[in-house]
Amino acid sequence: MAEHPTHRGRIRPAPENFLSEADIAAVKEGRRDFLRKALATASAAVAAPGLARAAEGDPNILTLPPWTTSLGQAVAARPYGLPSQYEKGLQRRESPGLTRMPQVSVAFTPLQGLFGIITPSGLHFERHHQGWSDIDPSRHRLMVHGTDEGFVKQPKVYTMDDILRLPPVSRMHFIECGANTGMEWGNVAVPTVQYSHGMLSCSEFTGVPLRVILEDCGVDWKRAKYVLAEGADGSSMTRSIPIELVQSDEVLVAYGQNGEMLRPENGYPLRLVVPGVQGVSWVKWLRRIEVGDKPWATKDEAIHYIDLMPDGRHRQYTSTQECKSVITTPSGGQLLLDKGFYNISGLAWSGRGKIKRVDVSTDGGINWRPARIEGPVLSKCLTRFNIDWVWDGKPAILQSRAVDDTGYVQPAYGHLRAVRGTKSIYHNNAIQSWKVVESGEVSNVQVL
Amino acid sequence: MSRFSKTTLAAALAIGLAGAAAGALADGKYSGVGRAATPAEIRAWDIDVRPDFKGLRPGSGSVAQGEEVWEAKCASCHGSFGESNEVHTPLIGGTTKDDIKTGRVASLAKGDAPQRSAIMKVATVSTLFDYINRAMPLTNPKSLTNDEVYGLVAYLLNQAEVLPADFTLTDKNIAEAQARMPNRNGMRTDHGMWPGASAAKGGIGNGGKPDVKNTACMSNCKTEVKIASLLPVYAEAAHGNIAEQNRPVGPVRGKDTSGKVAAPAAAAPLSENAAASKLAADNGCMACHGTASKIVGPGYNEVAAKYKGQADAESKLVAKLKAGGQGVWGAIPMPPQTQLKDEEAHRLVKWILSGAKAQ
Repeated sequence: MAEHPTHRGRIRPAPENFLSEADIAAVKEGRRDFLRKALATASAAVAAPGLARAAEGDPNILTLPPWTTSLGQAVAARPYGLPSQYEKGLQRRESPGLTRMPQVSVAFTPLQGLFGIITPSGLHFERHHQGWSDIDPSRHRLMVHGTDEGFVKQPKVYTMDDILRLPPVSRMHFIECGANTGMEWGNVAVPTVQYSHGMLSCSEFTGVPLRVILEDCGVDWKRAKYVLAEGADGSSMTRSIPIELVQSDEVLVAYGQNGEMLRPENGYPLRLVVPGVQGVSWVKWLRRIEVGDKPWATKDEAIHYIDLMPDGRHRQYTSTQECKSVITTPSGGQLLLDKGFYNISGLAWSGRGKIKRVDVSTDGGINWRPARIEGPVLSKCLTRFNIDWVWDGKPAILQSRAVDDTGYVQPAYGHLRAVRGTKSIYHNNAIQSWKVVESGEVSNVQVL
Repeated sequence: MSRFSKTTLAAALAIGLAGAAAGALADGKYSGVGRAATPAEIRAWDIDVRPDFKGLRPGSGSVAQGEEVWEAKCASCHGSFGESNEVHTPLIGGTTKDDIKTGRVASLAKGDAPQRSAIMKVATVSTLFDYINRAMPLTNPKSLTNDEVYGLVAYLLNQAEVLPADFTLTDKNIAEAQARMPNRNGMRTDHGMWPGASAAKGGIGNGGKPDVKNTACMSNCKTEVKIASLLPVYAEAAHGNIAEQNRPVGPVRGKDTSGKVAAPAAAAPLSENAAASKLAADNGCMACHGTASKIVGPGYNEVAAKYKGQADAESKLVAKLKAGGQGVWGAIPMPPQTQLKDEEAHRLVKWILSGAKAQ
């Protein structure tokens, strides 16, 4: 610790065995609670036999570990693979108190620990309106018909056998709940990026363009203005989708997710994919498509998923997820181990197209630097950005600001609140701020 | 909803299901894929109702009939008057007679309502009918008859003082109810977040024009940084131990918010108490019952105390669980839990009688 006397006791990188008794004592005197707790592990390690040889080097090198000196496990010991036991911290979680019932609730993706742009299927966020079921695919049907007989020439029923026979496409897209970051409209409410931004996931989806299926039924494109998508769950969730997104070939009737079938929690065996649009329109367990000429004002577009404006009216049919970004590491609830080099990493996305650039500030938005955009950069898909940062141990406020290919610049809280107030719940795409203090602790703050 | 002409219907019936299944649509590009939907199939699934009442099936229900169904099937979660905030946010409350005149819920603009009830928000009566019909009751959706749904909508609108107590709602007069909806003029669509055609082109919204404008300033963008909000201390601890929600290696660690030096919990099979507690949560029991307090139904501590020392308590309560009940703890009935297997019902009751411990 001698090399950083002003930062003694900052949590040190492994091996903790190198901490001397004196260092630990010093830390215990002057540090805040959380650091003391973190160091309890280190104290235990000091008492271990490794200490005797610490002067010679790292006991993890000098004493070979069991995995290097024994026979490992057999192939297919776990026929469906699982993450390492050491990764169990990264799980979907509910935000306590957010919802009243676990069947009508949300579980958030642990963005704080993910890399690249693809969300592992088991960590894809969950939002159910009446619980989820594991549907027998041999009993699942997709029905397509019109509000009257003029909209499609031949109403049809497709089995999963039928759907899987049609020519598929595979595309990578983000899905974000319209209420993502909704708890933060008025003030900071949650500690980590999992809870502030974790109703966000990104997958490669495989399926059939809905256009292909509607044409197979003989749709009248001149009369068709909207489609209603309906799920097979208890809620039989319904949303109105504009026909233009179907005609552009973007809307998919999907069964594949990241190379395998959809997970039950994400709509197995069939869901709608509506790129750029909030997750509620990506109807899961899709059982019915109705073609019509007027929107339906369903419960989730007339009571929920409506945005309260300061004039007391609600914006209805808000669907597009506007350009947004967030730094996922370092982020709220994390501790920087020491001063020095860090890679600031985050995600950017836009429901209107591709990410053009992302700028990062470490001084709360006074000065900005362009981040490196990692490929691939795809339309209506998560885009990973990275930027070098050398932390000098002083307080900092980290922010990211994305720009999409329409030229739209992600707004600050001040911009959004001036127009929309603080009670709209949905569509909060404000610039996120993470405050770093001398101890290395990162926390959620809001900067106007 | 589809409305087939008599000839189409007759033709479809003549072909029949078997014919349709085997027939396929030989002229399509994807020959052999899919089959014609029968009118009966479409009628079975096409239950949606639009704001202009397209799709509404004829029927009727009075406020009084609705009240009866409400008390039996809805009040346990939503309260006797739709006002309850215990299990879900309130359905009714926060609207005035003046709102019914203007079609705008005034408290939404004033911002003085503690929360928004469903009736404060919804502009279209069709939404209430459609949603109740497709999704309620939560544990037994699509079990209501068409007339029961009319009655329930009538009862709810009576609670909101939209309809008089002697009203019978029908497909013929539902437009009258629409004309009195308190927030019927409360929606706006002049925004840039509809991805289809704009209102000018027969669709919705302004064609995608954003409502805020930031600029990509790069240096000296402001003179001071004002922090408007910080994380409340209670919110940090409320989300569990963040140290356990991060990876154990890498440039950062999660902050220890456990309030104690945490020993990692050993992965053990669920104890009997934990298993029963999970069963209660999975079946939605905990929405209405607390383990140590009353919510809508009695707390499990109260149930255990009441039946203490009774030899037949277990069998009595298992029967109540499966059949539902009313009157012992008040007027609000508990819906029958028919989904429970015998073994599960016994496990739950044993757990409740033994103190409903989490572990």
